[in-house]
Amino acid sequence: MQMAVLPLSEQMILTLAALILFTSFLLLAQTRIVTLIHTFAWQGVLLFLATVLVAIVSGRHHLLISAALTLVLKVFFIPWQLRRLVIRLDIRRDVETVGSASLIMIGAGALVLFSYYVALPIRELSLHSTRNMIAISLAVILIGMLMIITRRKAVAQVVGFMSMENGLLFAAVVATYGMPMVVELGVAFDVLVAAILFGIFFFQIRSGIGSLNVDHLNRLNEVD
Amino acid sequence: MNALYLTLLLPLFGTLLFALIGHRRSAGAINLVISTATFATSLQLAFNIFNKGPLLSPDKLFYVDAFNVYLILLNAFVGMTTAVFSGPYMAHELEIGRVDDKRMRLYYSMYQGFLLTMLVALSTNNLGLLWVAVEGATLATVLLVSLYRTPESIEAGWKYFLLCGVGIAQALFGTVLIYFAAERILPGSDESLLWSVLHQHAAELEPAVLSLAFVFLLVGYGTKIGLAPLHNWLPDAHSEGPTPMSAILSGLLLNVALYAVVRFKMLIDPALGDNLAGKMMMGFGLLSFTLAGLLLHRQRDVKRMFSYSSIEHMGLMTFAFGIGGPLATFGALLHMIVHSLTKSAIFITVGHAAHVAGTQSIEKIRGLIRTQPVVGWSFLIGTVAIAGFPPFGVFTSEFLLFTATIKSWPWLVIPLLCGLGVAFAGLFRHVQPMVFGEPPAGQVAVKANMWPVVLHLLLVLWLGLAIPGVLANWIDQATAMVVGRGLL
Repeated sequence: MQMAVLPLSEQMILTLAALILFTSFLLLAQTRIVTLIHTFAWQGVLLFLATVLVAIVSGRHHLLISAALTLVLKVFFIPWQLRRLVIRLDIRRDVETVGSASLIMIGAGALVLFSYYVALPIRELSLHSTRNMIAISLAVILIGMLMIITRRKAVAQVVGFMSMENGLLFAAVVATYGMPMVVELGVAFDVLVAAILFGIFFFQIRSGIGSLNVDHLNRLNEVD
Repeated sequence: MNALYLTLLLPLFGTLLFALIGHRRSAGAINLVISTATFATSLQLAFNIFNKGPLLSPDKLFYVDAFNVYLILLNAFVGMTTAVFSGPYMAHELEIGRVDDKRMRLYYSMYQGFLLTMLVALSTNNLGLLWVAVEGATLATVLLVSLYRTPESIEAGWKYFLLCGVGIAQALFGTVLIYFAAERILPGSDESLLWSVLHQHAAELEPAVLSLAFVFLLVGYGTKIGLAPLHNWLPDAHSEGPTPMSAILSGLLLNVALYAVVRFKMLIDPALGDNLAGKMMMGFGLLSFTLAGLLLHRQRDVKRMFSYSSIEHMGLMTFAFGIGGPLATFGALLHMIVHSLTKSAIFITVGHAAHVAGTQSIEKIRGLIRTQPVVGWSFLIGTVAIAGFPPFGVFTSEFLLFTATIKSWPWLVIPLLCGLGVAFAGLFRHVQPMVFGEPPAGQVAVKANMWPVVLHLLLVLWLGLAIPGVLANWIDQATAMVVGRGLL
């Protein structure tokens, strides 16, 4: 695919998509908690910009509402809440050691390749580069999953979870110009409730096992 | 129409009511009244559908047909009988100090909230809203799993939250892909995520996108069904939460997730033309069925043991829906009913048994029949029923499933039979000493209301002896809806 033959707007969306994927990699590698939360907020900003851009290009103005929801939830509310919790739990200076970081990065690279492979049978529709963007959003989702698997701190797992949600929203925006309004609102409501519940859980985990390291959550086994 | 709205509004009212007034002594009774009213309206709804055929609400947001109305009725019924049990049970938990007033408020509010999300998921016509409701059900129950605030329950809650959240995210991606495929044939329409619209155009949808979507949907909703290898959250969540929660999680939530998968299969089959979706379901179903049967043997917690039994039965149903055809589908729909009824009866009995023995550990529960015959016998009969013995309904549905399997995939009957045998052995080696053994000194009977259990087991017995014509017709209508032609 030749970038230069695409309309300018689409080139910009593609660039934003690449940046969103890049922030996913940053999240995966970032070990400082506060920086992690800031990086997540930046991913939200990029998603917001992409949504606004698609809304203007496609002329579907209900996407602007979805963009506003992203801005409020993903850029301000969730990072603010996470930061507040981190300060209240006094784990601001925590640095998480991620085992075999380079292997994880290679794994994430492999996930991107895999996503492109999965998206191959999809024919182009709305934008000329839909397939490309579906692949990228799938990659963001999968990298979010990888982050949940590899991280041991509950806060980092939550950031991974929320970045998966970002990937899903991005998929909806670029593939289909957003979901119907009632679904958008429902998903946003679910994300909001999830964010609040995560906060409650931090305190429960902390008072239950004395730290936020989920390695200590190991009492329940399949067989014993 | 009004019956449908009432069925949805009553639990919504309940959720808000309990959240606002906080815990009162009468909360258990109020919960029962609301649940009974919900059951009554859903009965009215079922009656309407049965007489007048499918119902599409004017805003096209809700669509009720023979397939989902019987699940709505089942949901409301189990919600009601569990409410009978939940009132005194939770009052006892409050008395012994395992929970406080604040958590009781959460419990009752979320009990109704959970029923609400289940009913919305079943009755909605919008596939996106279906996702929102199923995710909402996780959010409603996640704090209930960690209600006791022990390290184990917190671990179970966290696992439940993350694993189901991750799983269900895959389902949303699948839903986006379905929407993407639908946009191609109905561009710019606001209705292209409506099931009733999609079903009409199913054959025109792009097969490549749909088969990809189904993989994500099966993994996503499959996590909620408890299909291996993504079943880990299920035994934890069921064993650590309060027992009424286990009863409705096992009896209802799993069914609703399976319902979602079957709805999507109905869209995908005409588009693909082959049984690819069915084969995937058969594979996952058979794997879960076998694995859960084996893991049953290694459990030490009685509620964990029965949650593995739930995985086993859900695997069997997924397998049966995967085979397709009227016989297997009829059997699977019947199995959904009898499994829900039996399993919730068992969990209620287990709750009483745990109060008698003061523990959930299999090794420490002994001599139930001598201490409290009604609990002991219900426990034994419930286990006999769930293991698939005649004359109970589980036998009938499993018999139908096996007949269907012999017709289309004869070799697969061997692993199925072995799996049933293994599961039976696993259940009985644990249950037998629990009911017959020597009771420990000082074990006394507790106050137990066994009416819900008796009612459930009688219904299962009735379904095993003679399925009433009305119900058979009804399941047959649903079968015709799912696979195109009925059995009868």
